[in-house]
Amino acid sequence: MSNHESVYINCEIGEEFTVPRRISIGFATILIVCALWYAATTGLGLIAPGRFPSPTETWSALIHISGRGYGGGDLAMHVYNSLRLVVMGFIFAIATGVPLGLLMGWSRRAEALINPIFLIIRPIPPLAWIPLAILWLGLGDAAKIMVIWFSAFVPSVINTYAGVRNIDRPVLEAAYMLGMPKIRFITEVLIPGASPMIFTGLRLSLQASWTTLVAAELVGAFYGLGRVLNVAQQDLYPGMILVGMIAVAILGWATTRLLGMAEMRALRWNTAALAAKG
Amino acid sequence: MQKQIPLWQSVTLGFLGLASFLGLWHGLAISNLVPSVFLPSPLEVYDRFTTLLERRFAGATLPGHLAASFQRFAYGFLLAAVIGIPLGLLMGWYQILDEIVSPLFDALRFIAPIAWVPFAALWFGTGIGGPIMIIFAGAFPPCVINAYRGAKFVDPRLIEAANMLGTPSHRVIREILLPSSVPSIISGLRVSAGLGWQSLVGAELIVASAGVGYMMVQGQANVSTTTVMAGMVAIGLVGLALDSALRLAERIIQRRRGLDN
Repeated sequence: MSNHESVYINCEIGEEFTVPRRISIGFATILIVCALWYAATTGLGLIAPGRFPSPTETWSALIHISGRGYGGGDLAMHVYNSLRLVVMGFIFAIATGVPLGLLMGWSRRAEALINPIFLIIRPIPPLAWIPLAILWLGLGDAAKIMVIWFSAFVPSVINTYAGVRNIDRPVLEAAYMLGMPKIRFITEVLIPGASPMIFTGLRLSLQASWTTLVAAELVGAFYGLGRVLNVAQQDLYPGMILVGMIAVAILGWATTRLLGMAEMRALRWNTAALAAKG
Repeated sequence: MQKQIPLWQSVTLGFLGLASFLGLWHGLAISNLVPSVFLPSPLEVYDRFTTLLERRFAGATLPGHLAASFQRFAYGFLLAAVIGIPLGLLMGWYQILDEIVSPLFDALRFIAPIAWVPFAALWFGTGIGGPIMIIFAGAFPPCVINAYRGAKFVDPRLIEAANMLGTPSHRVIREILLPSSVPSIISGLRVSAGLGWQSLVGAELIVASAGVGYMMVQGQANVSTTTVMAGMVAIGLVGLALDSALRLAERIIQRRRGLDN
C-alpha cells in the first residue's frame, strides 16, 4: 500500500486548472448531501428516527454530551482520554519501532535474527490482541496502550526497515570512505535517508492506532469515544452514535494533519521526497 | 548497509531467533513468574489448538467458528469488490464523477471501519448482516482507491493512439483501460482482504454470536488464555493464507503481462 501511495500521488493531471472547479463541485456535493439528509430524516420522514438521526437530533446529542455528559463524562473528557491513549501508544510504538527498523535495515545479522519472529507475529491482526490484553491488563489504560503499541509498532518497523534499504548505495559508500563516525552516520545518513519511508510508516501507524483504540474501547472501557459509541448503541441513541463517529473522524483527521505538517518540516531539505508526496 | 551474509549464517540466525523467542516464552511460562493461567506455554497453546479442532467451545469447534467467520468475510469482501472496483474505475474515467464522489469518500474514510459497529448492529443486527457491513467498511476504500489509480494512470499515448485510429469507446474501455488497470486492482484487493479480515476480527469481538472473534471473547470471559491464543493463531494462519493466495495471483498477472521485474 505504502509503495503505491508514494509512486502514484505525484501524477495529478492538469492540477492548477481543475482545483477551483474541484473545490466548488465538492462543496456543492456536501451541501446537497446535507440537504438530502435533512429531507430524508425530517422533511419526508423516509428514514425512521430509530435508524438514523436527523440533523436536529444529532445537534441535541452534541449539546447533551458537551453539557450534561454521557457514558461517564462530557465530550471534552472522552476526547481527552482517547487522544491521550492514542498519543501515548503511538509515541511508545515509534520510540521502539523506528530504532528496531533502523537496526534491521542496517545489520544483516539483526535482520536474519529478528525477521522470522516478525513473520510469525505479523499476520495476527492488532485487533486480535485485544482479548489477550484485557486478560493480562484489565479494562484500564494499560491494556489499551498495549494494543495500540502493538498495532502501531509493526508498520513503523517495516517501513523504517524498507527505508534504510532504499538509501542509495553511493551515499552509504561515500560516508564509509570518508570514515564517518558511527553516531554521525546514524543521525546524518541513516535517519535522513530513510525518513520519507519512516513518515509513511508513521502515517500508517497513526491510522492503525485510531482503529485499534476505537475497537478496544468498544470491547470494554470506562471512558473514551469508543465507550460513548458502545453506550449509545446499547441505549439505541442514533444521534449520539453519529456524534461519537464524527468525533473519531475529526480526531483522526486532525492528528493525521499534524503528522503531515511535521513531515513537511522534517523533509524540507528533501525536495524530491516532497514532490513525490505531492 | 552491511554486506550480504552467507545463507547458512542467516538460516542459523533465523532459527536462533525463533528458538530464543519460543524458549523465552516457554521459560517464562514454566518458571511461574507469571501465573500459568495468564501465560500458558507454547505447548499448552498447541494442545488447546488441537483440542479445539474437535471439541466444541462457545457453540462450535474451531473449524466451525472459522467457517462462520470466513463466510461473513467472503460476503463483505465480495460486496466491497463488486461495488468498489467499478466505482473506482468510473471515477478514474469520468472526471465529473470523481469530483462529486471524492469529497464524500475522503470525509468517510477518516471514520475507522470499526466505528461503524453501532450503526451496523442497529441496521443489520448482530448475526451475519452487522459484521458484513463492518468488513465492507474496511475493505471498500482500498478497492476504490486502487481501481481509481489503475484507471487514472493509463499511458495517455495508448488512448491517444486508439482515438486517432477511431476505436469505438467500448473497445477502448475493454481493450486498453481495463487491462492496464488490472495490476493496480489486484494489489488493491490484497490490501482490502487484509483490512477486511482485520475488521472482521474486530466486529466479532464486539457483536457476534459465532466466529473466531466470538470464541476468543468467550475464552477471555472464562479466563482461558489458551483459547484466546489458539484463536490468535487460527486468525493469523487464515490471514496469511489469504494474503499468500492474492500475492500469488498478483505475481501471475504481472508475469503474464511482462511487468515482472
